[in-house]
Amino acid sequence: MGGRFGDGPVDSDFGREHVFEEEWHGRAFAVTIASGFLGQWNLDESRHMRECLSPKDYGRFSYYEKWLSGLADILVAKEVVTNKELETLSPDIASEDLIARVLKAKDVFSSLAKGGPTNREEGYKALFKVGDIVTTCRAENKYVAGGHTRLPNYASGKSGKIISCNGNHVFPDSNAHRAGELPQPLYTVAFLAEVLWEHPENPDDLVMLDLWQSYLQPL
Amino acid sequence: MPHDDLNQAHAHSVLPSDAELRVNALETLLIRKGLIDSEALDAIIDIYENKIGPKNGARVVAKAWSDPVFKARLLEDATATVAELGFYGRQGEHIVSLENTDSIHNLVVCTLCSCYPWPLLGIPPGWYKSDAYRARAVREPRKVLAEFGVVLENGEDVRVWDSTAEIRYLVIPKRPPGTEGWSEDALTEIVTRDSMIGTAILPVSE
Repeated sequence: MGGRFGDGPVDSDFGREHVFEEEWHGRAFAVTIASGFLGQWNLDESRHMRECLSPKDYGRFSYYEKWLSGLADILVAKEVVTNKELETLSPDIASEDLIARVLKAKDVFSSLAKGGPTNREEGYKALFKVGDIVTTCRAENKYVAGGHTRLPNYASGKSGKIISCNGNHVFPDSNAHRAGELPQPLYTVAFLAEVLWEHPENPDDLVMLDLWQSYLQPL
Repeated sequence: MPHDDLNQAHAHSVLPSDAELRVNALETLLIRKGLIDSEALDAIIDIYENKIGPKNGARVVAKAWSDPVFKARLLEDATATVAELGFYGRQGEHIVSLENTDSIHNLVVCTLCSCYPWPLLGIPPGWYKSDAYRARAVREPRKVLAEFGVVLENGEDVRVWDSTAEIRYLVIPKRPPGTEGWSEDALTEIVTRDSMIGTAILPVSE
């Protein structure tokens, strides 16, 4: 939605900061995080699942409603729960094989502290270096049908300069479809506002994006 | 959402929202299936409400202001440098720090979802996750900054960082005048969450 018009002012929470604005936000967050430890999906799959909410729902749902709906969808897609179970709230299918993975209270802190780095030693060779001018491709998943890419529409088909080479990282376009991590070089690319926008607020301002090598071609 | 109206607050307390009912339903089912542990949920909420939050980032910033060698390392390799202070983990595996100066003002956003450096700043605020911020921060950052009361008086260039991959950004705000000679602990107290996202400039300290 970067660059979209019509959203109105940003509603700062200055003076009334809360970690979770409503009690159920915290529950939705925790249920999602805890379910992730079952190991049935990766981060890119869960992001993709949220993006696959119907545009109507995506527009009207609040933030944690999107998380919840994405979670329910992925739980069903991965056959962890069934639609019938969601209706009746009583267990119908066995899940013994998952029980060993259930996150316990005593392990929460250390499990979150462990993180899940996405950099990889292996992968494709870097084709670009700092200072190179590159042009982005179409903001569409080129590898797997069914969508998900991390190139935003507003930066599609635009030229910018590489300001940092960040090594190889897991490629979300394939990972979101369980089609492999396919690590490839990740670059930070700087785009001039006047290149991104027809009516830039200030032409010399920069917008930086982290983009995978296959999103880029030489100018 | 504010509940300053008594009737509204009452209606809210007796009638849970649809979303609340849906969380309860999903939580109930997963607990009944033995797939999540209710105490683990409490622990997750407690960690992000009480242990992991912007105080962590504030410590990093205060140290950077106080120790030029630390600051140089932070700008060179933030992930390793903040890990030395014990800050690492979920959504903070790859950290880059950005220094605000008299000529550059950095602002962080995630237009695709809500990526944010959890180990340093905790869970992102509602506005960071809002459509308005995600849509507008890249196209009209100066207007967005103005809505936060930030006016760039030195003709700074604006650099917006859209967190499209797993790199998470921490802004090192400008150290406010009037804090010369302050201890790291005292400096930690004045560093705000928004100043480390780039939507606030720290005021002159009396």
